[in-house]
Amino acid sequence: MADTSKPRPEFRNIHITQIVAYRLPPAGIVSILHRISGAVLFLLLPLAIWLFDTSISSEMSYERFSSVFVAGALGLPGWFVKLVVLGLIWAYLHHFIAGVRHLWMDATHSVGKAQGHNSALVTLVAGVVLTLALGAKLFGLF
Amino acid sequence: MASTPNYGSKRVVVGAHYGMRDWLSQRVTAVLMALFTIVLLVQVLFGAPLDYYRWSAIFASQWMKVLTFVVVVALAWHAWVGVRDIWMDYIKPVGLRLALQVLTIVWLVGCAGWAVQVLWRL
Repeated sequence: MADTSKPRPEFRNIHITQIVAYRLPPAGIVSILHRISGAVLFLLLPLAIWLFDTSISSEMSYERFSSVFVAGALGLPGWFVKLVVLGLIWAYLHHFIAGVRHLWMDATHSVGKAQGHNSALVTLVAGVVLTLALGAKLFGLF
Repeated sequence: MASTPNYGSKRVVVGAHYGMRDWLSQRVTAVLMALFTIVLLVQVLFGAPLDYYRWSAIFASQWMKVLTFVVVVALAWHAWVGVRDIWMDYIKPVGLRLALQVLTIVWLVGCAGWAVQVLWRL
């Protein structure tokens, strides 16, 4: 018997190396950024706790906390430390807003195509705008 | 019951709440962390300009310490579910996946221990 059946299509998770090749809708971009921001938060957890530790333990450690944004740390300049912290801030904001979007969709069952599209755009824009605002503060623009 | 095979193609894969625990714990811990964020933000934003004394005073009260501790545990649990999902999606060799999962637990428990130490040293 001749095997006439076509090979069945196989759908797998989008691999990290394939992300840029996919043209994702806004909801898809929010989704993959939710994962990436979560991974960033996980990897930068020691930095976050170090910032908490030095900022709160004593007046002397608070001085060290403040100076790290000017003098730098681990041979890295101060502006680079600010940039990494800004990355941490974006990851937190995006993960937070995308998470609230998840909870809102769970609670209200509002999973229509239009709502998903619009809430995804709101999530992306709000995350970036708040990051830029806090970044301006961090870099001393106001 | 014993005569009904529950393996191979006959295996029942619905109705046992597979993944329900992870799904729910992910959301419960998320709500805890979101509420904590708001509680902290309110204390930071309202009051005198933020300096070392006002910042450390926020975490000086016992209720804030306990709340922060609960959030640290919630964060570790939340991150465990999420990072484990990432390993399960992308890392197929069982040995490597197990090693990464063990490292994830070590990483999270270590970070949580550090945060608790900072908290109760105040």
